[in-house]
Amino acid sequence: MERVAIIGIGQTKYEREKKGETVSDLVFEAATKALDDAKIGIEDIDNVVTVSNDFWDGRTISSMAVTDACGSYGKNVSTVEDDGTFGAFYGLMRVLSGSFRSTLVVAHCKGSEGSNHLITNAIFNPIYERAIGLDSISSSALQARRYMEKYGITEEQCALVSVKNHKNAKDNPFSQIATDISVEDVMNSKMLSDPIKLLDSSPISDGACAIILAEERMTKKVTTRPVWVKGIGHSTDAYNLGDRDLAEPDALTRAAKKAYEMAGIQDPFREIDVAEIYDAFSYQELLWSEGLGFCERGMGGRLIESGKTTKKGMLPINPSGGVLSAHPVLVAGLARIAEISIQLRGEGSGRQVDGAKIGLAHGINGACGQAHCVWILEN
Amino acid sequence: MFRKNYPLLTISSEIELPYNYSLGKYGGRLVTELKQNGRIVGIKCPKCDHVYVPPRRVCGRCFIEMDEFVEVSNRGILQSFTVVYFSFLDPETGKKRPVPYGYGRIKLDGADSEFLHFLEESDFKKLKIGVTVEAVYNENRVGSFKDIKYFKKVEDGDPS
Repeated sequence: MERVAIIGIGQTKYEREKKGETVSDLVFEAATKALDDAKIGIEDIDNVVTVSNDFWDGRTISSMAVTDACGSYGKNVSTVEDDGTFGAFYGLMRVLSGSFRSTLVVAHCKGSEGSNHLITNAIFNPIYERAIGLDSISSSALQARRYMEKYGITEEQCALVSVKNHKNAKDNPFSQIATDISVEDVMNSKMLSDPIKLLDSSPISDGACAIILAEERMTKKVTTRPVWVKGIGHSTDAYNLGDRDLAEPDALTRAAKKAYEMAGIQDPFREIDVAEIYDAFSYQELLWSEGLGFCERGMGGRLIESGKTTKKGMLPINPSGGVLSAHPVLVAGLARIAEISIQLRGEGSGRQVDGAKIGLAHGINGACGQAHCVWILEN
Repeated sequence: MFRKNYPLLTISSEIELPYNYSLGKYGGRLVTELKQNGRIVGIKCPKCDHVYVPPRRVCGRCFIEMDEFVEVSNRGILQSFTVVYFSFLDPETGKKRPVPYGYGRIKLDGADSEFLHFLEESDFKKLKIGVTVEAVYNENRVGSFKDIKYFKKVEDGDPS
């Protein structure tokens, strides 16, 4: 593969309700921050990929509403209605095609403006699961219980993820829920859909994130702190929840295997220095850790208990606070890539992982992690 | 740029988007069997023999067309469940569903995939993965997935 780098990143602060900004304002803020970060102008951007969802925006062909704000005026713009990691993948392909030297990828979402329940209910088949009211929380609860029952994962082990990530968020100026909580706080928080409690869940969030991808020649000309794409992999599982064993993240294992092969990684737990993974609910950090091969299947609970995934551990996971601490849907995967880029540039301040050289960013799409995208980045 | 502080406002609106979703030949057969005969049909892959419920045209793993409908049992084993404590607006009725209520993933006897539906709502403490549950049908059936009212734990001594 030709060498492609991330040369600029920009994020808004993630908040419960950003009443002061429309989606276009958020896109403009993230895009201009990414350009400033790369020290280039919009004229240096050859094409744009936006990431948005019509149901969340409440607007048909929502991407077309942000063309001015993302700087695509007079350029080619295309949209991915998937998690931001998949949008970035499309942006990467556009650079690799040789037709574009640089791609700006920008994702936005205002979770505050719509109904999370109704929008995520509409993920499902209208004849079956949608008709009985299933949504992101109740479907994830079915996954959590299946996983916990199959492997003996406890609610306390899941709670530890929430404790760790909300604490990590205190060092991340972009995060939304940064706080010291205890396992007891999580256990005593309001039951939403058994076994998922309020503090096991990510919040509703508003925000935008942008990255700029560039070919090697341009990268070397404009920046001294590139973050190189070393490997990428993605894989999709069945749409119908009933067709999958929700305790087995096989699609993630396939995606990770591809990314590791491309990056030449044999022992991910030892070779990767920092990981940002899509923990929409606390149990997911454990389940996805297994899918990524950080531990054996069923050992996610032991992994969190070992303390090896804290900021000072062998493989810090979600030093930014993760998705549990801010969950702008679609944006969240791109924010994982942005956070890993910050880590690999050594610019993480209080959340910096010492000596981070190789990082992993992970995004999911569809109910209960139907699709996964894994990025391996290196400084 | 803004010399004065103006209030930050929002405007509320609702989008009503009516659809007429096709059930297709496969979904249509499922709900018609539910309505007329109180039985659940699945479909078998000619290549891997996997029996899918609800029935659909394609086996995703084999990417092959399926055409062998098979009747599966109204009983099965509970594989996972949740009890929901937040209310939601039922998209079909526009009314809030009373909480708590249950959802289950059920492996019906004779099927390989799992079936998702409501679980009986009276005593959630009795629910455990591995128990046998059975479909309870509405008296007036209209040809809908919700002609099954819910699945209910089979008690010792219930007729099979």
